[in-house]
Amino acid sequence: MTSNALLALGLTIAFGALVSGTPLLFATIGEILSERAGVMNLGIEGMMLVGAMGGFAVWSHTGSLLVGMGAGMLFGGLLALVHGYITITLRADQVVSGLAVTFLGTGLSSILGAPYVGERVPEPFTLVVPIIQRIAAQQLILVVLGLLFAPLVWYFVNRTRPGLDLRSVGEYPSAADSLGINVFRTRYLYVVLGGALSGLGGAAMSLVTDPGWVDGKTSGLGWIAVGLVIFAAWDPMRGLVVSYFFGLLRRLPLDLQNPALPLISTANNPTLGRFMDMLPYLATILILVLGSREAIRKRMGAPAALGTPYVRGERGV
Amino acid sequence: MNRARVPYRLRIETRADNPGWMGIVSSVLGVVLALVVGAFLLRAAGAQDAIATYREIFKEGFGTFADWRAGVAALLSGGDCPKGLLCFGPLSDTLVKASPILLTGLACILAFRMKLWNIGADGQMFLGAWAATAVAVFILPKTTDRWVMLAAMAGAGLLAGMAYGAIPGFLKARLNINEIITTLMLNYVGYKWVEFFIVVGPWSIGDFESTGRFPKAATWPRLTEFADRFPALSGLTAHPGILLGIAAAIVLAWVLYRSRWGYEIRVIGDNPKAARYAGISLQRNILLVMMFSGALAGLAGMNEVAALRELNGRFSRGFGFTGVIVAWLARLNPLAAILVSFLFGGLLVGTKMIMPQGIASMLQGVILFVVVGTELLFRYRIRVEKVGPRRVAAAEGSHDE
Amino acid sequence: MSDSPNAIEMHGIVKRFPGVLANDRVDFVCRAGEVHALLGENGAGKSTLMNVLAGMYRPDVGEILVGGQRVSFKSPQDAIAHGIGMVHQHFMLVPPHSVAENVVLGLDRPRFLLNLREVEERVAALGEQYGLNVNPRAKIWQLSVGEQQRVEILKMLFRGARVLIMDEPTSVLAPQEVGSLFGTLREMTGRGHTIIFISHKLDEVVAIADRVTVLRRGRVTAAAVPSKEVTKASLARLMVGREVLFQVEKKPSHPGEVVLETQALCALSDRGLPALRDVSVRVRSGEILGLAGVAGNGQRELAAVLTGLHPSTSGSIRFSGAPLGRQTRWLDIGQRLAHIPEDRASVGSMPGLSVADNLILRSFKRPPIGVGWAINRTAVRQYAERLVTEYQISTPTIETPVRMLSGGNLQKVILARETSGHPELMIAVHPTRGLDVGATEAVHKLLIGQRDAGVAILLISEDLDELLSLSDRLAVMYEGRIVGEMPTEGANINTIGLMMAGTKVEG
Repeated sequence: MTSNALLALGLTIAFGALVSGTPLLFATIGEILSERAGVMNLGIEGMMLVGAMGGFAVWSHTGSLLVGMGAGMLFGGLLALVHGYITITLRADQVVSGLAVTFLGTGLSSILGAPYVGERVPEPFTLVVPIIQRIAAQQLILVVLGLLFAPLVWYFVNRTRPGLDLRSVGEYPSAADSLGINVFRTRYLYVVLGGALSGLGGAAMSLVTDPGWVDGKTSGLGWIAVGLVIFAAWDPMRGLVVSYFFGLLRRLPLDLQNPALPLISTANNPTLGRFMDMLPYLATILILVLGSREAIRKRMGAPAALGTPYVRGERGV
Repeated sequence: MNRARVPYRLRIETRADNPGWMGIVSSVLGVVLALVVGAFLLRAAGAQDAIATYREIFKEGFGTFADWRAGVAALLSGGDCPKGLLCFGPLSDTLVKASPILLTGLACILAFRMKLWNIGADGQMFLGAWAATAVAVFILPKTTDRWVMLAAMAGAGLLAGMAYGAIPGFLKARLNINEIITTLMLNYVGYKWVEFFIVVGPWSIGDFESTGRFPKAATWPRLTEFADRFPALSGLTAHPGILLGIAAAIVLAWVLYRSRWGYEIRVIGDNPKAARYAGISLQRNILLVMMFSGALAGLAGMNEVAALRELNGRFSRGFGFTGVIVAWLARLNPLAAILVSFLFGGLLVGTKMIMPQGIASMLQGVILFVVVGTELLFRYRIRVEKVGPRRVAAAEGSHDE
Repeated sequence: MSDSPNAIEMHGIVKRFPGVLANDRVDFVCRAGEVHALLGENGAGKSTLMNVLAGMYRPDVGEILVGGQRVSFKSPQDAIAHGIGMVHQHFMLVPPHSVAENVVLGLDRPRFLLNLREVEERVAALGEQYGLNVNPRAKIWQLSVGEQQRVEILKMLFRGARVLIMDEPTSVLAPQEVGSLFGTLREMTGRGHTIIFISHKLDEVVAIADRVTVLRRGRVTAAAVPSKEVTKASLARLMVGREVLFQVEKKPSHPGEVVLETQALCALSDRGLPALRDVSVRVRSGEILGLAGVAGNGQRELAAVLTGLHPSTSGSIRFSGAPLGRQTRWLDIGQRLAHIPEDRASVGSMPGLSVADNLILRSFKRPPIGVGWAINRTAVRQYAERLVTEYQISTPTIETPVRMLSGGNLQKVILARETSGHPELMIAVHPTRGLDVGATEAVHKLLIGQRDAGVAILLISEDLDELLSLSDRLAVMYEGRIVGEMPTEGANINTIGLMMAGTKVEG
């Protein structure tokens, strides 16, 4: 393979990683926000799926990508709202409710999405770019959005008043409550926002990064996001980095199918291909193991009130 | 929350009375409510008449009274069912469906009793199926006696599931790593592992994603094998796997309620601090429980593969998650799980023929939501009370220090 | 200076909680610019009264005047708006956040951007003014307890509080820090602030307060007495003086061998401060040794160390002569040691499990209940039924989940479980807390019964009456030390009160 071709391949893979990682980025940051407020939502997979399906459906009726993405956010947010009601107001167990979100989202998207399987997909608007040659403009825009989004969220969480309130609610809700911050309202807000972002991630998948709808489109990406939140130590910027890394892991099996690649082509070596398929999931476990020790050393624990329903003391609801 | 003008206030307080039957009520209520919500969603999905759809589902899943009567009559008289497969067919299919979800449900019950969220029953099931296949096709000769073969497969399934469950168990016990994530991830690793063997790897036959048919010895005997003596049974695929599940349920019930280990599990699940005070080892039990939970799921895998008579790319995913719901609906009671898995099996069979697909998953989600939500409504009571400076505010007792 | 020199007036305050009348027609008057101490032992009602003033609770009856105006607070924010702020015993600070972030939480400004520069400067300036020096950028978890307290005070000052209520502020401070705090308080009154100082420590009260109000059992026993005009002895009498309300029937004790002996036991609290200092006690069989003292003086740590749940830093413990050290040896003692824990629901029981299952927690590993791998349910049933009858536990069935039992019955379950193994030593911590009269009586009878059967009992309680009526000997704990020990018979209440409040007494 010529060095030029290698470079082109390298850049293609790099860009592909960014594209593939961006839906994950939105979902991960969404869940980071929710968990910083103290509410764990395991149903990311379900929210991404309804976002993917809903976004695709709305696009196919309106022809507008923007409206489609917006719809994806709406559906994700609605599903998260149910979870929020059950866990915040009814104070039920967050794990089980999150699982229920997954089931519901998976089922709903499957049922309501059936007529859209195999439908025509949004046309990529091609740009010609040096070295890599052709990329889709929508994908480029999406990647840029993601790159801008993460630092914005970081700034919001760490350098603004609402961000301070958010962090306080997740760490020590009693203190926040005693100073007049509405813990319930804050938690609802960020749970729904997190769901909307997951829905956005899903819509991004079905409309931009891998256009089209099939049942189970996200194939487990939502579950990876749950793990990524922990490894990102609930920090949006770290979330950015790990999302792209996982985007890369997901792309590699595809890119490595090129038989012209020396040694590592998976076309010639299907075992390697299968192993690469496993990589994202094994990597999540591995980074959790590594993370568990690092966290102890660097005090990077979870928001202290994560997972615990907030019950106000003597003064009542 | 309106602080300023509203003279009323909501209090949520723990109920003092909480009879056992409320658990059953909340489960039943959950299912009923789920069906109602599901009806709405069905309407949205285009199904015209929700009630008719539900009736259809019931018929597909269990059959009708008339058919049952006819079938029993045929059985007793030694004749054939007038409607062919329709007499017992649905029931038989339901039993077949129920057996793996009973086992995964039991796996979840065991783990959840100790507040260990084993969501990896699916992956453990796949590993169990893989190990059973290895024994059936590649290790034991074809001519092995049927019951020996099946026993070996069951053992392999158990062990594989146990080993696979030990991984998240160890990670949690030693490094306190969240078992939700590890078990979830291992699900996917498990899928890919099996995929590797039958799609790309040493087990695939030609271009088919399959190991090919198992030797007869490696399969469950089915009711249809007795069709020469009981023509009414022809075509029925029900197999003893369900008995395996029932046996496992009985054993688990005994372990939980009558053994020392079961007592320790229940204590840890209820109050880990009290458990530590009583000298019960948390770490050891985390590992053990995950191992045995995995073992049960692995057994489910063996069950399925012996029923399907081959291991191929269409091996169902998702039984592990259904197990979660079965466990919850059964209120973590192994004996109740028998009934719940039977009903759920009927649901799954009944919705298979119905379009749109995904109803099962959606209904499962709704049921879980409703059950989880109502459970707490039964635990707490909402009271509306007037607020004002002259009234006794019924706050909980607080202590002056 | 307003016309009315009273910063705060509270008239006829009544506050009731289920089962207890915390404030019984309390009047409280506080002048502007003074340090007013609120003195009393546990359960006297001081914290409740101040919680009412700070807007945490609403009084059932009564009125509050601030600067001569009638007010009605619906929330702590209301109170702060009127210039009343409370510094709690347990700080409401978010550990990973900085001082400035904690101070600013909940305020209207800054609006959106978290420009903390201004806040930090103002916090630093306030700190300078009042001698409350703390680095506004430091994270809370990095600060010492004394510094954290300063942050809590700054929080209130930042919000313009003129009246500061301090709830047992010295209970978490090291001795050097106490002096610093007092300096701050004087600085604040110099600037016109009013301080209400809740305490049970006589020495401090006398040192810092201008006037003192004493509460006992929800009533005022001394109102706004200038501190120069009282003696510590008279204050102590006002704090604890009483006739013993109910006598428990008990035979004289016949103490036998020493079962529990500690020598110079030292331990640190969870925060790393010394909690036990050179504690030496002896408990003999057939004797109840009561441990008196206001909560927070080391009793919790002593119970935890003695039951093996908390490490000691030096000193020794002997159980029937044999030294006791590492955790594993505690498990060897097994049922020879019975522990009635402070918090029933937390450590003491499994709320979701049945009465029977709770009763066997300490005996399930041994026959007749534990047989091989199994649990003999018949034996369990017999055992449980016997205990339920013997201890008169009121429960629908033995399979009823324990969380449905009343507090008193739950306590009986715990007692039954712990005592049925014929222990030699029992450590009972606040055994009747939260129980009604009937349940309390039952528990007392049980304890006396155990003592008559030869059990050595260490009774830790906040209820002086209970200690006086049950104990054969009484020890008083203050700031981690045993400051006095005596036979209960003929003990001088006022001396005890003085000891509890930190003043050593000669003779």
